[in-house]
Amino acid sequence: MHEVVGTTPEGDFIINVGPQHPATHGVLHLVITLEGETIKNIEPHLGYIHRSIEKMCESLTYRQFIYVTSRMDYLSAHINNHACALCVEKGLQVEVPLRAQYIRVIMDELTRIASHELWWGAMAMDVGAFTPFFYAFRERETINEIMEETCGARLTMNYMVPGGVMADLHPQFQQKVKNFIALYKKKIDEYNELVTGNIIFQNRMKGVGYLSAEDAISYGCSGPVARASSVACDVRKRYPYDVYGLVQFEEVLETGGDAFARYWVRIQEMQQSVRIIEQLIDNIPEGEFQAKTKAVLKLPKGEFYQRVETARGELGVYIVSEGGTTPYRIKFRSPGFSNLSALNQMAKGGKIGDLVATMGTLDLVIPDIDR
Amino acid sequence: MISLEAIKNAVQSWLQLHIGGTLALVAESILLGILVITLFAVLGLLLVFMERKVSAVMQIRLGPNRVGPKGWLQTSADTLKLMLKEGLTPDGADRFLFNLAPFMIMIAAMLIMAPIAFAKNFQIWDINIGVLYISSVASISVIAILMAGWSSNNKYSLLGAMRSGAQIISYELSAGVAVITMIILTGSLSVNDIIASQENGWWIFKGHIPAIIAFIIFMIAVTAETNRAPFDLAEAESELTAGFHTEYSGMKFALFFLAEYINIFIVCAVAAILFLGGWMPLHIGNWQAFNHVMDYIPSSIWFFGKTFLLIGLIMWFRWTFPRLRIDQLLNLEWKYLLPISLLNMLLMTIVAILKWYL
Repeated sequence: MHEVVGTTPEGDFIINVGPQHPATHGVLHLVITLEGETIKNIEPHLGYIHRSIEKMCESLTYRQFIYVTSRMDYLSAHINNHACALCVEKGLQVEVPLRAQYIRVIMDELTRIASHELWWGAMAMDVGAFTPFFYAFRERETINEIMEETCGARLTMNYMVPGGVMADLHPQFQQKVKNFIALYKKKIDEYNELVTGNIIFQNRMKGVGYLSAEDAISYGCSGPVARASSVACDVRKRYPYDVYGLVQFEEVLETGGDAFARYWVRIQEMQQSVRIIEQLIDNIPEGEFQAKTKAVLKLPKGEFYQRVETARGELGVYIVSEGGTTPYRIKFRSPGFSNLSALNQMAKGGKIGDLVATMGTLDLVIPDIDR
Repeated sequence: MISLEAIKNAVQSWLQLHIGGTLALVAESILLGILVITLFAVLGLLLVFMERKVSAVMQIRLGPNRVGPKGWLQTSADTLKLMLKEGLTPDGADRFLFNLAPFMIMIAAMLIMAPIAFAKNFQIWDINIGVLYISSVASISVIAILMAGWSSNNKYSLLGAMRSGAQIISYELSAGVAVITMIILTGSLSVNDIIASQENGWWIFKGHIPAIIAFIIFMIAVTAETNRAPFDLAEAESELTAGFHTEYSGMKFALFFLAEYINIFIVCAVAAILFLGGWMPLHIGNWQAFNHVMDYIPSSIWFFGKTFLLIGLIMWFRWTFPRLRIDQLLNLEWKYLLPISLLNMLLMTIVAILKWYL
């Protein structure tokens, strides 16, 4: 444990980045040891916005606790809810109607696009370009409008319930999604033109924040961070849930392991998400949108685990049930926490500017880390 | 036709007639001081508003549009707010240097106004080493930034100031060499002579390729010298919160902010004088009618038009490019810009010796 202020005995600077700092996107607190501009050590301090979500879940019923998880990784609210719903369904052994599965997957992928959009804008802002942020929000807004019409909320949707989804689709849902997809395909090219191809941007990103495949595995990294180091870990592909087994999509892998590889994986993932939605949107089957479940859910005694792929990586939900209406214990395995732990490995020896670029490519959402 | 020159002459002769002698000179100096401060205030308000509108257009927003007609009073309101705020001095700061720095950066910016020709025969001080004077006084601002960063007793400020010091001193070389490249053509350091030499064509047109290269290098170097994106490392907000002026508040912060915009105006004015003919109207070869129409546009409009065009260019840079890293920034200067500009100077010497520019 270092001192939080002053200098080290060797005369190196210790500076606090955060909890209130423009680069940390929220309230992450990093204690950095600097020699001039070079980073010698990074120590994340957690707990600033710990809200004991896991403990709260223990006193809520199986229907109620899902809503709390929207506040964890708020940019992937749908996917968090999806993970919890799947886990409860596993315990109840409920068969989810096909229509509900289709809706869930489409919503997941829309969420993934929205989340990557926000990351893309914030990433560009981290390396000093302000304008992409607004472009990203323009497209994200369209998704948010679709969400608002379908679920009644823009950020914390709470649309997934055990057994299916809360309500049926909006009548114009399909048309709106198709319009969005048609527009969005062109926008990705615009992003590449504006940011990806920029020589300054490439210089800032290439060869920065290197993470080897071995390190990615040993730190437990997942999602785009691990896939950029050529670790195949896409839960949608490896352990398909709902209709992910039926759709054609590629698991994006890069071998670079640097910040640019992580950036490029996310850009390509947005294109894959578009591909998934395109396959599903026209084929949503008719039928029930929710399976018949009892008013009060009781999971049998035992342990249940379900993992899903959020926009940040692998989210695991682990429920221990004693047979009652509330879980005995809930544990979330959040992708952000593991990804953050690799930050020191990645950014050590680099410049402050590299740290910001690396941190941007980790796509950290602090409530996901602190819970 | 009413021009700035006519107004100046009228005021001058009125003062000579009614006051006369030394007192007239004193009165003129006071008038000039007031004029410069007014220009500062107007430019500051205008440029900040322009920046916000330019960024709004680029970022598909509307920009300020509530205060006053079409938001024109927004910057005035902001200035009023800053004036009313408390100017804090942090504990442990070097009080004297901390409070001196914002004034120093402002005074440096004010002094540079002297040799700039705003219109035909409208110049505060026709000094025969005008361009040299501008580049030497402009380098004072780096001392002010270092002072601000060091005296704040804040690590972010210190890092920002150190970055800024390395950056400004490096890029001044390229800017200086680019200026010298043009001086080879004009043969004079006086601003008036430089403008006069462009009567039959601006240097960027008749200086061949070396002039264009010098122009590009000059624009890149001055963007870096004024700490603007993509070279805004001194105040890189995602890295150093606000860099060297992190600890400043109220009017002291506003002075730094204002100085940044005034410096942009000054460097763009210098670029307009060196490359685009200052207040010289655009003339094309033998198109008599066209040239005649161009002559009718007042020289002040030519000067400010060119300057604001270049300011628009610098603002465009800011809202498009990501920021460089400190080592990349210095690499760009020492490994690319400086050798290129030195070579370019040699090329220009050949052009000048062979008299290709006539």
